[in-house]
Amino acid sequence: MKQPAFLLPRLGRRSFLLGSLGVTAAAAVGCSGSVDYTKVVTVGSDQSDDAPRKAFAEMMAGFTAHETKVNTVDHETFKEGITNYLQGRPDDVFTWFAGYRARYFAEKELVSDISDVWANVEGMPESMKNASSTTDGRQIFMPMTYYPWAVFYRPSLFAERGYSEPKTFDEWMALNQQMASDGLIPMAFAAKDGWEPMGTFDMLNLRINGYDYHISLLAGNEAWDGDQVKKVFEVWAQMLPYAQEAALGRTWQEAAQSLLQKQSGTFLLGMFLQQQFAASEEAKDDLDFFIFPEIDPAIGADVVEAPIDGFMMAADPRNLQGSRDLMLYLSTPEAADIIVAADPSRIAASSLADQSNYSALQKKAVKVIEEAKNISQFLDRDSRPDFASTVIGPALQAFIRDPGNIDSILDTVEKQKHFLFTS
Amino acid sequence: MSTTTPDFAELGKLKKRPLTPGRVVLQVFLLGMALIWLFPMLWALFNSFRDYGFTLEHGYISFGGFTFDNYLNAWERGGFTTSFLNSAFITILAVGLTLLLSSSAAFVLARFSFKFNFAMLAIFVSANLLPPQALLVPIYRIFRAIPLPYWMSDSGSLLNSQLGVVIINMAFQTGFCTFVLSNYMKTLPKAIYESASLDGASVWYQFWGITLPLCRPPLAALATLQVAWIYNEFFWATVLLQSGDKFPVTSSLNNLKGTFFTDYNLLSAGSIIAALPVLIVFFVLQKQFVAGLTLGSVKD
Amino acid sequence: MTSQTTTASRQQTSAMDKATPVLMGLIPTLVVVGLIWIPALFTVILSFTSWDGVGALSGIEFIGGRNYVEATTVYPTFWPAIGHNVLWLVGLFVVFTPLGMFLAVLLDKEIRGSRFYQTSFYLPVVLSAALIGFIWQLMYSRDQGLLNMLFGTQIDWYGDPNINIWAAIVATGWRHTGYVMLLYLAGLKGIDPALREAAQMDGANQFKTYVRIIFPVMRPINIIVMTITFIEGLRAFDLPWVINRGRNGLELISTLVTSNVAGEASRIGFGSALATLMLILSSIFIIFQLRVVMKGEDR
Repeated sequence: MKQPAFLLPRLGRRSFLLGSLGVTAAAAVGCSGSVDYTKVVTVGSDQSDDAPRKAFAEMMAGFTAHETKVNTVDHETFKEGITNYLQGRPDDVFTWFAGYRARYFAEKELVSDISDVWANVEGMPESMKNASSTTDGRQIFMPMTYYPWAVFYRPSLFAERGYSEPKTFDEWMALNQQMASDGLIPMAFAAKDGWEPMGTFDMLNLRINGYDYHISLLAGNEAWDGDQVKKVFEVWAQMLPYAQEAALGRTWQEAAQSLLQKQSGTFLLGMFLQQQFAASEEAKDDLDFFIFPEIDPAIGADVVEAPIDGFMMAADPRNLQGSRDLMLYLSTPEAADIIVAADPSRIAASSLADQSNYSALQKKAVKVIEEAKNISQFLDRDSRPDFASTVIGPALQAFIRDPGNIDSILDTVEKQKHFLFTS
Repeated sequence: MSTTTPDFAELGKLKKRPLTPGRVVLQVFLLGMALIWLFPMLWALFNSFRDYGFTLEHGYISFGGFTFDNYLNAWERGGFTTSFLNSAFITILAVGLTLLLSSSAAFVLARFSFKFNFAMLAIFVSANLLPPQALLVPIYRIFRAIPLPYWMSDSGSLLNSQLGVVIINMAFQTGFCTFVLSNYMKTLPKAIYESASLDGASVWYQFWGITLPLCRPPLAALATLQVAWIYNEFFWATVLLQSGDKFPVTSSLNNLKGTFFTDYNLLSAGSIIAALPVLIVFFVLQKQFVAGLTLGSVKD
Repeated sequence: MTSQTTTASRQQTSAMDKATPVLMGLIPTLVVVGLIWIPALFTVILSFTSWDGVGALSGIEFIGGRNYVEATTVYPTFWPAIGHNVLWLVGLFVVFTPLGMFLAVLLDKEIRGSRFYQTSFYLPVVLSAALIGFIWQLMYSRDQGLLNMLFGTQIDWYGDPNINIWAAIVATGWRHTGYVMLLYLAGLKGIDPALREAAQMDGANQFKTYVRIIFPVMRPINIIVMTITFIEGLRAFDLPWVINRGRNGLELISTLVTSNVAGEASRIGFGSALATLMLILSSIFIIFQLRVVMKGEDR
């Protein structure tokens, strides 16, 4: 054989050794950043995008009672890792969502009871307090902002074509028909990440079967292969021909672009859709919405889906008093105003918040929610996380892929639900 | 592609007559393949220098809208300054430890015939085939239970500590490296060791003083490959680290994806920045890389 | 090699010389066993429980084989995932591994621009999955992708569940080919030129030389290439995960395990059962692999 190795100098070994030593030294230096965690309040934030992150920092700067340290992790990673995060060494206070999704961690004793903080909270509406409480009336969550889900459109397009907001489902379908014959995609649609179509399912179920049934269904108390749920998918199947095709590969941002470019007429989504419009000079204020129309007059259209974002406190914060003080600060209108000013697709939870700078869109959202009889959160916030993400998400995608197969899809959902909720 | 495939018999004759049509066909075929291979990367590179607004308006098949802003924005938003340091720490330490462990295991496997050699090789080779996802929960619990002094990890345990990521990467990569290194060591002439033994050289010296220097080519090759793998690894980093400021480059790239805004050109720029260190290592070590991967494949 | 030794110190070192190799073998073995095999064992145990991963280990409830029954009879994505894994393995094995080997054989021929070609083919090897997924997104995107613009089609390469697995295999093959080419080329370079020349003197043509002489001599490299193809096929995870978290046509066992175990869902017992099935499936290949490796050891 060839023996090139013989001719090589022994440099390899020595630099290898030196390198290892250097790294070990670096290890000691790199890890020795010391922070006194009993003095600092640590905050876990999922606000990783540029603008929200800056607004978050500005909001935290308004809290001067204690020193704070913000740990930002990107939105998706933060959400996915929450169970591990809370069982490790979580930050004292962290961003989270209201609903079942918050109560679940309270049940598991991974978060603190903050009822004593709530005793000093001012200006938070009763509905917000309810959404922040466990079933036995203890508060575990501090709301900051929320946003409604609705059917968005560009008023200038509606004006050009002479369309008007539909009040009933039949009117909506007629509008869809009209748009289709005008060469538009009637409904923009995205389903790539699995959660987007949950919004459509929620609204249909709320309009067809009502709020109480919806909540009961998501809590695992109703049959998924029953007639009520089948009705939901029957109606949805009628809508699908009007929806943007190939939704399974599209993110909501891409679908929003089609609305922005007037290729599609409407888009059922959360108000965060506005962020895609904010970048465009021409279309910045050209966005409006109507609430999902009534399907069954007996049920009406008085439920609005409006997920609430806010904060929770870890079960065992290293700086307990500081964390409590921070939670109280987070309930104030001053804190919420900073966040909302930076992101006008949100509305402050506090009723004392400054609404004078609200856009027409925000004002309309406030009005719609005040008029609502009930407020739902969102499918993945109103149900068990394992059920929503590993069962319902894929099932909705399977339905979109092959609507004709719905009976067998629902059959498997019911079987999986049974297994999940009983084991 | 298949129509341009040169036939081997023809190529044989070409070796002595470099300017025949067959050689031209070979060149054309290889050039075509190389361009197909390079194209996706060049496309990303091209678009990383373009303004998002411009491509949105004119579509991606267009020319113009050139800017360097994507890189500046990506650097700032991606938090690359911190994450590069984190990646460097994790990668260098993990690669160093992996090579140290695997070369000593390989030395034992190649030079001694113990009864447990067979079992040891089996344990190493097959460990490399196990899916990391399958081990997540026990690893998570074990790491959480191992206390570390605060000067080493501010979480007080291996969890949420870069050392944890180093250790798990090391455990996973040791198998492959041991396999490759022991293959190489077996091809080293036995005569060297015999004469060393006669001179009274200790086993440790035979390893550290004789074998390792001879293994420089495969070590360089493995180091390059391991740098690429460990640098690019994101599963363990994402699940074992919980503080954003400890994330390595690959995990923090997610910051650029944006929950609310997807700017492909910005993402292109960020991706290219993220790929740079490993590309540089690659080009610097390129020569040793190919030589080292010879892996002692030919026995005399 | 030049150390001066006396008989006394020689005896001393011989005691140490017995301990050194044992330690050198033991420490790496302990690391691998402790961090890989023992956790693997725990995973198998957890697969018989309904644990949600929260709280003390004492709260774990054993439910027998229910997770396995659920996974194989009810869980709708299980069998598709198995199918996708097989496709992935076959795709690499039939198309990209041979392509890489073929390119290596061509590049072994001292041709002009060889360095440029090598670099082109193995550049993707050093890129991360996130980057590869993204680079191909620019090709595949339905509305803004290059492929659809060039061909005037409306195909949703990443989104259409009937197509996206192929699109992902092509993207992964893009990296895999370069990797195989590199390993194989390195092996070919190590072949004694005399061997080849001797064969040519006998009048064998290139193809025959390759099949009869080169290929058998390349046995160690062939084994490594095969191992790597198996590893990539079985552990395939990062690319589908980056594309859409392994959903909607891109389900692989690894992504199912991850979304059950690592996500917010935290179905540890069920996810562990999936992981155990993956382990069992892997072990089929591991045993096969070991037999090939060990056969080489005997020589």
